Amino acid sequence: MPRDFSWIRPEPWGIHVVPADCWIDPARPVDRALITHGHADHARGGHGTTMATRETLAIMKLRYATDDGAVPVAYGETLTLPGAVSATWIPAGHVLGSAQILLEHAGERIVVTGDFKRRPDPTCAAFEVTPCDILVTEATFGLPVFRHPPAEREICKLLSVLAANPERCVLVGAYALGKAQRLIAELRQAGHHDVIWLHGAMEKMCRLYEEHGVNLGELGLVSDANKEQLRGSVVVAPPSALNDRWSRRLPDPVTAMASGWMRVRQRARQRMVELPLVISDHADWDELTQTVVDIDPSETWITHGREEAMLRWCQLNQRRARALALVGYEDEDD
Amino acid sequence: MEAFARLLDALVYTRSRNAKLKLLADYLHDTPDPDRGWALAALTDGLDFPAVKSSTIRNLMSERIDPVLWTLSRDYVGDSAETASLLWPESDTVPSPPSISEAVGHLSRMTRANVMTELPVLLDRLDANGRYALLKLATGAMRIGISARLAKTAFAQAFDVAVEDVEEHWHGQQPPYTELFAWAAHGAPPPDTENLPLFRPFMLAHPLDEGEVDLAEFAAEWKWDGIRVQVVRAGGETRVYSRSGDDISATFPEITQALEIDAVLDGELLVRGSHQGGAEGGAASFNALQQRLGRKTVSKRMRAELPAFVRLYDVLILEGEDLRERAWHERRDRLEALVADLDTERFDLSQVIEADDFPALAALRERARDDAIEGVMLKRRASPYVAGRKTGLWYKWKRDPLLVDCVLMYAQRGSGKRSSFYSDYTFGCWDGDPDAGADLLPVGKAYFGFTDEELKWLDRYVRNHTVDRFGPVRETDKSLVFEVAFDSVHASKRHKSGLAMRFPRINRIRADKPAHEADRIDALRALVRD
Repeated sequence: MPRDFSWIRPEPWGIHVVPADCWIDPARPVDRALITHGHADHARGGHGTTMATRETLAIMKLRYATDDGAVPVAYGETLTLPGAVSATWIPAGHVLGSAQILLEHAGERIVVTGDFKRRPDPTCAAFEVTPCDILVTEATFGLPVFRHPPAEREICKLLSVLAANPERCVLVGAYALGKAQRLIAELRQAGHHDVIWLHGAMEKMCRLYEEHGVNLGELGLVSDANKEQLRGSVVVAPPSALNDRWSRRLPDPVTAMASGWMRVRQRARQRMVELPLVISDHADWDELTQTVVDIDPSETWITHGREEAMLRWCQLNQRRARALALVGYEDEDD
Repeated sequence: MEAFARLLDALVYTRSRNAKLKLLADYLHDTPDPDRGWALAALTDGLDFPAVKSSTIRNLMSERIDPVLWTLSRDYVGDSAETASLLWPESDTVPSPPSISEAVGHLSRMTRANVMTELPVLLDRLDANGRYALLKLATGAMRIGISARLAKTAFAQAFDVAVEDVEEHWHGQQPPYTELFAWAAHGAPPPDTENLPLFRPFMLAHPLDEGEVDLAEFAAEWKWDGIRVQVVRAGGETRVYSRSGDDISATFPEITQALEIDAVLDGELLVRGSHQGGAEGGAASFNALQQRLGRKTVSKRMRAELPAFVRLYDVLILEGEDLRERAWHERRDRLEALVADLDTERFDLSQVIEADDFPALAALRERARDDAIEGVMLKRRASPYVAGRKTGLWYKWKRDPLLVDCVLMYAQRGSGKRSSFYSDYTFGCWDGDPDAGADLLPVGKAYFGFTDEELKWLDRYVRNHTVDRFGPVRETDKSLVFEVAFDSVHASKRHKSGLAMRFPRINRIRADKPAHEADRIDALRALVRD
């Protein structure tokens, strides 16, 4: 007998926790918001109360210059909300501060994953499997063609191109929050300790990561460097800067991009990328489906991404599932 | 296979033509025979493995993945071979990739009976990039933006030989082109082609965008609306080649049977009709010719109803004498003399247009549409016949396109570079007065004419104005007007509107124009010249 979870309701602009009158990652200002992580499509400003991890709040403050009504929580900490609802923040492994939110009410458990991944990431806490009745999952890479290779292999590819082009630089497009810092940390783990040069838009976020204990090694700003210094080095910039006038100051850059989308050739071509690096902060197809198997919920809700294929997979595996069709979540910037 | 896979990937991600040329040239230079020959054939669509078709990939995958998941994946990736290469289960053993020659050997020995067991064995020996390369090579659908011309240019660059010589010696050679490499790389004599009915590269024209030419220096001819062909007879055999060098002799047996002298002739293939040259000895519109294209065999009835002939533009070689170095007017004299000896049912002469001056020619060109002619050609009287598109020698001066305002009805994601973008648009015109409740009827489909920026805008527009989905197709709310440009429009039984546009493209996005002000079907119907 399927249970009636009338206390949580997906609306186009977010997930409404009815008895508490709270919203998870709402796309418009609300009185009480529970935020999974700091990416702009999930964390918007202007709420009365914003409940999120300390790191996520710091990120939001940096990006929106406001922390009105901020309620910081720690991983594993449970907040009691009105209407006898409790909420617990659990690491999601996506970016610094990212969390799944476990909601409990009347003996029923719902986990909203937000964006997540299962692979090791030196810049954030690892995803934890949390048993629940309803799993509300993302599906950004919810197509079986998406199988991300190990990040070390992609880093190795980057370093060999770098070594082969001592007169040039490798310009890597990476999302300013999360991907950029992970890329840098992965490079450090692979033994690359040269200065890594940043686009100005990356600087503050990198500093924030370091303040939260993520060591990124020696960083410099492209605007402080001359062309000679940049030869043979890695430069990290937001994807929008890759083919922009900004990149003209670089010494004949090899254009790279770190993203799960790079798995598909034409997507890389559309981005005018010469060196695609398949490094993603989202779960790939195998991780998504394995997560459903591991958690084994009685029902799976899919918030955004390629939900059709995930729905089909659930159907083939006799699992109840539905797509929520939430608006406003972007999946292009991973 | 690994080096070839790396080359393919590098070519996919390289934008500049020069960089592509260098990659290819380096590969051809550094790779031993016969691997480089097979690679070259694969890149220029010169390979065919009868047992492996694109349906083979589908069938192979249907045994390994749910069909719905396959379709969703294929639709997203935009390429079957790539989709399969990504979905193929990784083998647990260390891959032992075959060389490209070994792979070609296996592929050519496969039969329909064993391809479903043999192809997986090869795929299991490769990683995802290798699988992509293998499937691309096996199905002969590279679609990676390497034209035959680019490959030949790279070949010329690799061995420092003239590209015209490469073009010339290439035809008639079979993969892996060992003789061709021996000639280019090791100075062996070129393959003997004297007595073979070989294709010679066409001379092509630049568009005349603006400005005038001096008719004392340039001769004008009609640009007939058929398909450009080369008819070649040598060693007792006759071949008809299309513009790309494909042998289409079997489709037009009446032409191959009609030529009785050894020659290489350049002309326009047409079918008899009452346009393009008048009621007597005229030709039908392109629409009529289209029914005869692409057939492997042709029935007697078809030949009787739509008899084909060639309207001659030029003569390249005549009875062993190569005339290509001669001036156009000299070749023209030889051609005019020659036509008198040819079968008049199958060959006639493309007449030179007499016009006193350029404005007079422009006035004649204006009337071309009524006669279903594509436009005017301008040929420098002193020009030799040179392969390809050389500046300043030949110009094509097409008539202006027709324009009609249509409403976007459906959009589909494109393939190749446009996969994931809604870039194929079906548009319609009103079947009556829209304010009185008339419906839109689809009149055409176009997937180009817009810039990359406009494509992004259109993609977003489609996503935000979707009212329904049918598989990969989205139906929009019929709110956006396109100004569609097209060359001509013809009656067609295959379309609900009864009309088929030739060469439609999006000329302008008319976001400013309300949909009910778009054109009606009647306006389009009035433009038919069949």
